[in-house]
Amino acid sequence: MTDLAVRKARPQYRNIGISQILSYRLPIAGIVSILHRISGALLFLFGIPFFLYLLQQSLTSELSFASYSAIVGSVPGKLVLLVLGWAFLHHAIAGIRYLLLDRHVGIEKASSHLSAKVALGVSLLLTLVFALKLFGVF
Amino acid sequence: MTTNRIVVGAHYGLRDWLAQRISAVVLLIYTLVLLGAVVFTSELNYFTWAGLFANVWMKVATLMAVFALMWHAWVGIRDIYMDYIKPTGVRLFMQVLTVVALAGYAFWAVIILWRV
Repeated sequence: MTDLAVRKARPQYRNIGISQILSYRLPIAGIVSILHRISGALLFLFGIPFFLYLLQQSLTSELSFASYSAIVGSVPGKLVLLVLGWAFLHHAIAGIRYLLLDRHVGIEKASSHLSAKVALGVSLLLTLVFALKLFGVF
Repeated sequence: MTTNRIVVGAHYGLRDWLAQRISAVVLLIYTLVLLGAVVFTSELNYFTWAGLFANVWMKVATLMAVFALMWHAWVGIRDIYMDYIKPTGVRLFMQVLTVVALAGYAFWAVIILWRV
């Protein structure tokens, strides 16, 4: 009987529920990973149609090029470009990290922790440069 | 009767895994090529931009990048569906929708480049 009581007290590990997502603290590599997934989904949902539309407007004629310029020159257009720009930069840089990990470069705990920080930092830094360029600082 | 189909282990899904990585490298190279072409264009306007895409090498490179992108997106989006959408019917529906969208985008890209 004591056996049963002990068995009942054993902790159970279940799949994480949707309501618990925010209460779990991810390690930095986990943050890079979930952002890689979120940025990829953003690029698929909004990036592909938006950039194809921009490509079409920029290439079809001088007149359509003017409408392309108007879109990328407007504040809403710039904000969309900024979000998609971050998504692309994060996805690309985290992707390079994954390619290196696949080649067994930096798979030790300390170095993968460091490379996750670098990937997150570099993509945010490049996004900042892109934002400054986008809003005409240089 | 149960069927002992092995759904894990070596080679199962290797083709998709490899395709995702090869297409990623193609997209990285294309990004650098496009960036380089834009940087080395002295003044960016409709004529220099359309002139860049009028080159056969640029059309070929762009179409290769487009097809790499579609394959890459397919593998990634399917991974997301496999992780989060459990009912088979819903998942199949979303997968079909995604394939149709990606094929449509690819044809759209061909039409855009065709006219330059």
